[in-house]
Formats: sequence, structure tokens, C-alpha cells
Amino acid sequence: MKGIASIYGYGAYIPVYRIEAKEIARVHTKGGEKAPIKSKSLPGPDEDSLTMAYEAAKNALKRARIDPSLVEALYIGSESPPYAVKPSATVIAEALGLSRKLYGIDMEFACKAGTTAVISVASLISSGVIKYGMGIGTDTAQGRPGDELEYTAAAGAAAYLLGPLSRESVATIEHTYSYVSDTPDFWRREGEKFPMHTFRFTGEPAYFQHIEGAARGLMEETGLRPGDFNYVVFHQPNVKFPQRMAEILGFTPEQLKLGLLSGEIGNTYAAASLVGLANVLDHAKPGERILVVSFGSGAGSDALSIIVEDGIVERKPLAPSVSYYIKRAKYVDYAFYLKYRRFILGVM
Amino acid sequence: MAYVRSVPRAWRERQNKYRLIGGTCKDCGKTFYPYRGICPVCGSSNVEAKKLPETGTIETFSVVRTPPTEFTGQAPYVVALVRLDDGTLVPAQITDVEPEEVQVGMRVEAVFRRYREQGEKGIIEYGIKFRPVVNLESK
Amino acid sequence: MGKAYIVGIGATKIDEHWEKGIRDLMTEASLRAIQDAGISKKEIQGIFVGNMSSGYLQGQEHLGSLLATWLGLPGVAANKVEAACASGGAAVHAAYLAVKSGLYDCVLAVGVEKLTDAPTSDATSALIMAEDQEYVAFAGFSFVALNALVYREYMRRFGVRQEDIALFAVHDHKYAANNPLAQYNKPLSLEDVLKSPLVADPIRLLESAPLGDGSAALVICSEEKARRLNKDVFVELAGSALATDILSLHDRPDLTTLSATVKARSMAFKQAGIDVNDIDILEVHDAFTVLGVIHLEDLGFAKKGEGWKLLKEGQLEKDGKIPTNTMGGLKARGHPVGATGVYQIYDLVTQLRGDAGANQVPDPEIGLAQNVGGVGGTVAINVVRRVR
Repeated sequence: MKGIASIYGYGAYIPVYRIEAKEIARVHTKGGEKAPIKSKSLPGPDEDSLTMAYEAAKNALKRARIDPSLVEALYIGSESPPYAVKPSATVIAEALGLSRKLYGIDMEFACKAGTTAVISVASLISSGVIKYGMGIGTDTAQGRPGDELEYTAAAGAAAYLLGPLSRESVATIEHTYSYVSDTPDFWRREGEKFPMHTFRFTGEPAYFQHIEGAARGLMEETGLRPGDFNYVVFHQPNVKFPQRMAEILGFTPEQLKLGLLSGEIGNTYAAASLVGLANVLDHAKPGERILVVSFGSGAGSDALSIIVEDGIVERKPLAPSVSYYIKRAKYVDYAFYLKYRRFILGVM
Repeated sequence: MAYVRSVPRAWRERQNKYRLIGGTCKDCGKTFYPYRGICPVCGSSNVEAKKLPETGTIETFSVVRTPPTEFTGQAPYVVALVRLDDGTLVPAQITDVEPEEVQVGMRVEAVFRRYREQGEKGIIEYGIKFRPVVNLESK
Repeated sequence: MGKAYIVGIGATKIDEHWEKGIRDLMTEASLRAIQDAGISKKEIQGIFVGNMSSGYLQGQEHLGSLLATWLGLPGVAANKVEAACASGGAAVHAAYLAVKSGLYDCVLAVGVEKLTDAPTSDATSALIMAEDQEYVAFAGFSFVALNALVYREYMRRFGVRQEDIALFAVHDHKYAANNPLAQYNKPLSLEDVLKSPLVADPIRLLESAPLGDGSAALVICSEEKARRLNKDVFVELAGSALATDILSLHDRPDLTTLSATVKARSMAFKQAGIDVNDIDILEVHDAFTVLGVIHLEDLGFAKKGEGWKLLKEGQLEKDGKIPTNTMGGLKARGHPVGATGVYQIYDLVTQLRGDAGANQVPDPEIGLAQNVGGVGGTVAINVVRRVR
């Protein structure tokens, strides 16, 4: 069987709270601005990127039906961990009862950290270092109040439990590619609470250049073309960028649809492409092929080509779907948003 | 407040708190939380650790509006005794819910959340809370 | 075994005593009790200080030795006694054991608490230490919230209305009006109580005992020594018992019964040679209105679920079937936590001596004070008997 590693379980988590873009606009631009998305998710006051990753991981374990103590790797990609130093991986591993012999780490590459975590774990498996491991993307993104990014910076997590190649798995990662360059489109200096971004520079030289680079790189190496894929998932800082990217690369709106969720939940940063992938898996059939291309500012893109396997049919219903998390929404106003995001209280 | 910022004190209870580990008394049948070596009801040491179920119903609850110092800023929040599906009663917060929505008999499920911090510079203490089970047409 | 007599009582007013620290309060109460006894302080051989939170809120432990020094009695046996909010009753129990055993002739039982030096949230943190720190305090329960669980379950199980339970606060305030030591002396209407803000649903602010500072003290002697003092009325500490229950509510089979009350009561009755019908006057630990009602049931004065009827029918009044909290109780006289158990006996002795003024119960002979630690984790019951 060709490929790097197979996916045995996947899981997503979106917090229950939402704020509408028009509510943010009501406070900052007196309702005039046309918003890039409809609404975004925000974490509750007792949530953080660690607690969200835990639930996504739990869902992945439920679908995989594997004893947690057999999972020997936990790589977490995030730019908003609760500690600057002390990995979320240790807490989650302890809480889930993963193996004590564990390759664990938290990693950062803006919104691409989740896919990089997954690729890294897949490599540990394919090189024989471990049998089962988990890669997670999770973020409670910070948007500076009044800034453009405040409309889209959201919260979510997605986890992938990987293992040796198998037709009985949910899906197989057949090939990966990564494209990186020093492009400072968005960054945050040590000690700063909010990131900086370079407005329109984040488009062409950053998002589009790198996603295209990784996608074309993967397609060249595999000989695959857009028509060989049933679905494509791009990193989704808003709705327009992924739609334009699909057009440029030759993908159809139909292929893009299932993996594009930012309109409802906003940009979940390191979780974004992985949550999009989870939504696709919730609907996909064995034999279908998926292209996932993430984008992390700084900048870089990971591309993954994934084939759905027979095991998806019975594993899919074993944990809540992405739709479930999207549908169970509670809308709050701007004042509660500030309270929950701890902008008006230091310590909870 | 020395106990509030004691790391070892919080650390040694983490398994019980993270994974909802209780105990069953093999003599009188009582299940209790957290695990301890002696049954609180009959006093027997014939006790076994048990991972408790993660769903239950709210037996009774209150809404804290005047919190202790460690929870200032969180009020109002809901505290409850949850009757897990195996009969064990556990104390916990109910989260992802407005106080007005909470009712005795509500079905709830366990979630992993932040409870409190040992100050701005200290460690974060995590534990199990419960949220209402939400049934949507398509799950 | 000999008998124990209460020969002197003393107490401070319960208030926010900005000018008095914990050492000042306990010294003042002790000196008043010693003076009331008509003895020299040098006759005190042992001191038992009931207190719950001096370490946490004041950074001060070793209250026994501290009080001995401040009384000018270095050398005397002394120690702190702690049983959460039953510390006072437990200190009295320690004094009872000391004298009944024959090893001590004359001792001092003191209760003291200082709750107002820190913001309310710190006092709230202190009070939840009566419960399991790691699993109950950890989850954010306040002491009020724990009692609120009992309240909600009581109303649900027995179909009782909050307005019938909240009457306890109205009752307490009526009598506190005539008690110069009480923290509050303004009357409360039921409407005032029910309109007051929620502290932890369903408990309202005016259903909860207030935070306050105070100290009360008793001089307890052997019968032999007591008889040598020139007194009109003698009060015997005829029974004293302590019992515990499973510490945490969530480990108990029944949220609406405090089994420690039931256990301590039967032991105290046996020691005093009495039964429930012999009690003429009662002090119950109504830190919250619902507890007052439940205590009446657990003490045997009403069936489970019907304690509120005694209150509603006026049976708790000074001329009722079982006069209760006739000097203001915890809600209005006050509840300086570790001192309360001693204040209860101070109030009973005042009544037994006929010194209760407008609150006087006609000719009471036997009184019972029930003092509760945590939500019934400990219950101390002391029985006093007038002896002519």
C-alpha cells in the first residue's frame, strides 16, 4: 500500500459561543462595514486552546476505537497556547491517559502549525518510530479590538489519530509537500498581546503565493491534477480568499464547498484547514480523494493528498460531527465577548 | 494564601480530577468520588479505583453570585451535584449554559475545562465540568 | 464522675469591630465571664479557645497560649479547638471533659472569630474550608452555595415554599431587637427577606447569617467549687456531645437530614437523663433559614419535612411550645463562626437565670444548644439545666 500513514480517528471541536460580525461592526464602525464573514466562534470563559484540543482528541479517540495508552505521540500546533513555556501536550496526554512513553511537543507556525503537526506524526509512523500518534491544530485566536482581524479571529480545534497504512482506516495520507519562504505578512513579537499584519500584503505575496506553491509542488510530484480530487480544503482567513485560490488553481466551487466553514465560524487559525477536512470526512465516501492546503503566516503552506478508505463508514458516526458543533450556537453581544476573551478582566 | 499557590498540592490530585477517577467499595457497593482507600460509608478498605461514567443528570444545583477570592471574576456560575449514570454523585460546575436554563433533572455530559489559576503568574488548574447534553436533529 | 457547672458568662457585642482585634475580643469576653463568675482569674486552670479561621485570615495560630498571655495567666493549660463553625460548641465540650474527669476544677471555654478584616471574598474562601478543599472548594462552591443545594432539595422533596422557610429570619430579628449584644436590632419583614438579593440561588442575603466579629466565654467549674460561690441560680452543663457525619454532601445518602445532629442529640439526652419533651428552650444553628427548619426536625421536635410548620404556627415564640433562638439566633444576634456555639449557651444561661428582659421565656429549666460545623460535618450539642 502506498502512502505515509493512515488516519484511524478524527475529531473537531468548536466552542458553543458565537458573535456576529455585524455586532462587532455595531461597536467599531457603526454598522457600515461589509464584513468578511457572517459570524465567528469564541471560547467560553473556562476554555482555552488546550481544553478545545482535549475534546477534539477525545472525539478522534472515539472514532479510532484505540486504547489511549497505545498512542505514543502528541504534537500540538497552536499560536495561542495557555502557557508560553509548558506544552499543552503534557496536560492532554495525562488527561486522556496516553502512553507514558510519548513523543510530545507544542509547535508554532501560525495557521499551518496543525497540518505540520499531523505531517510530523505521520512521519514518525512511516519511519517506524511509533505505531499510533496524534496531531492536533488548535487556537483561540486574538484579534485586537477594532482591528480588521477582530472580525475573523476565532476558536476551534481538530485532531487526527494516525497509524500504519491500512484499507480499514478512515483515510490515508498518500503524499505531502511543504513550501516555505521568509515573508513577514503577520507576526507577533514576544510579550505582545496582539499580532501585527500587513494589510493587502497578506494576499498575493503571502497567502496566494504559498498555497499555490505547495499545491503545484504536490501535484507535480504525484502527477495528480485538480480533476483527480473530489474535494479541496484551503486555509480560510475569510470566504473570498479560498474561493479565489480555488479559481486560480482550477478547482470548482463544488469541490470547495464542504471544506469552507469560515463564513459561520470564522478563522480558527491552526485548526482551520483541519476542521475543514473533518467536515469533508463527515460526508466523504471510500475511494474519494481530498487535497488539503494550509497556510501559516511567516510564511508557509503544507499540502496533503488524502484518500478516503473503507473504514470511514463505521467510524464516522462514533463522535459528534462538525455540523453538530456548528449548529449548537449561542450568540453573545460585544460586552460578553470582551468578558469571555478576558479583555476586561485579568485573571479568571 | 500559601495553599492557593501550592503546585504539588494541585498536581497530586490531577489524575482523579482530569479523568474522573472514583472508587467502589466491594463490601457495601457504594461508589464515590474522588478515589480514596477507605469507603466513606462503611469504613471498609476493600476498595477499588474506578473510572466513572461521563454522563448523568443534575441532582441539585445553585448559582454562586458571591464567590470565594479564587473565583472572583467568574460569577455568576453554576455549581451542582451531578448524579452520574452509575449512581455516583459528584460536585462540579455546570458550564456552557446560562444560570436561568439550569434545571434539576437536566442531562449533562463531562467536559475538560479550566477551573482556576494560581494567580496571573501561576499554574492553571484544570478539571471536569459538565455541560447540558444538546440533541440536534442531525448529530 | 462529678458534674460541671457554668458559673460565669461573658461576651462582646457582635459587630464589625474595626478597633478590636482577635486578641482584644477574646480577652474582653474572658474577663467579663470571670467577673460574672465572681472568681479571681488566677483560679482558672485551663483555657479552650474555639476558632475556625485565625490562621487563614489573621495569620495567627496558637490562640490558647496567646489568650493565656493576654489574660496575664502564663503557665495555664490552653489550646485552640477547631471544628469549623462548631468550634465554639467543641470548646465547651472540651471544658466539660476537663471538669467532669475531675482533672480540672475550673476552666474557661471561649469562642472567638474575626471575619471583617478582609474583603467578603476572603471570608468566603475561609468558610468553604469547612468542606473538602480539593474537590468541593476546587469546583468553586461557596459555603452559601452548599447550603443552597440543601435548600433546593428540601423544597423539592417536601413541597415546601420558600416564604414559609424565610420566616426564620423574621423570627430571629424580632428577638434580637431586645438583645443589646446582637449585631442587628432592627426588625425584618418577610417581604424584606424575599426581596433581598440572591447570594447563591435560592438563598437570599437576608436569609443568611451575617459576617461579624465577636467573642463569648464561659467559666465552667466542678459542682463542689460552684456551690462555694454565692449564686441564686446554678446552671449545670448537664450534657455535652459531639458527632460527625460524612464530610461532603455528595457522599451522603440524604441531603435533607444532618445525621450528626441525630447522633449527638441521643448521646446528650442520655448524659442529661432527659428526652426531647423535657427541653424548655432551644438554640439552633440557623446559619441559613432552611437549616433552622431542618434542625428542628433532626432534634426531634417535628417530623421530617414539617419543621417549617412549628415556625409558621408560632410555636417557636417565647411563649410557644418550644421557644427557639429567643435572643436573635445566628441571623440577627450574629454568627462569628467559632464563637457561635458559646454565644448560644450565653443566651440560654441568660434565659435560665431570668435575665432576658423582654425576651424572657417563662421559667425555663432545661435548654439545648445545637452548634453545627460545615454542613453538618460536626454537630456539638450542649444541654444546660437550671438547678436551685
